[in-house]
Amino acid sequence: MDIIIAVLATLGTIFILLAGVGIVRMPDLYLRISVTTKAATLGIGLILGGAAVYFKDTGVTSRVLAIIFFMLLTAPIGAHLIGRASYFIGLPLWGKTKYNDLKGKYDRDSHECSSRKPANEEETEEQSS
Amino acid sequence: MNLYNYLYYILLPLLAIAVLLVFYRFYKGPTLSDRVVALELLISIGIGIIALHSIITKQPTFLDNAMILALIAFLTTTAFSYYLEKRKKK
Repeated sequence: MDIIIAVLATLGTIFILLAGVGIVRMPDLYLRISVTTKAATLGIGLILGGAAVYFKDTGVTSRVLAIIFFMLLTAPIGAHLIGRASYFIGLPLWGKTKYNDLKGKYDRDSHECSSRKPANEEETEEQSS
Repeated sequence: MNLYNYLYYILLPLLAIAVLLVFYRFYKGPTLSDRVVALELLISIGIGIIALHSIITKQPTFLDNAMILALIAFLTTTAFSYYLEKRKKK
């Protein structure tokens, strides 16, 4: 039983360490969000699973499942919210980013997203280019 | 090697190194959004440290604190992104 706990905790720690390396090494805010959200969620889930295996108690297991469920639910929502807000602020993408599918699809005034071009987007794009 | 020694002397220092790396980004991060992302990751690593510490000390009560921290992490991210968007619109 100790070996299972050690393996789970080790895998979780490695994933969290990779998230820590990624947030330092990644060149762009959006890539940092991508790296940290996924890796940290998986790492926390594995470490908490190790705790649940260790205690072998119904209360602890349900608590751990509640934390994992909450993290799985809120990590993508938080990442999307902060990414959306910083895209509206106008943070630049990485210089080597090839595709920007959102370009010209957000209405800067009303903060609505649609596939057709908003009326005022042409002017701002001409100004920026 | 004992499980507790393994957790205490190998895995907790690795998590501490991760905390230091995130603190570097938190200190240096060029924009406010970088710092918000670093803060959320910091709280998540705190949840992991609490889980390992509850195994080492055999106290499952610490997991309640981990749940509260997960809630606070989501709350800070939501509030910061809300006010970041507001600040631009004024």
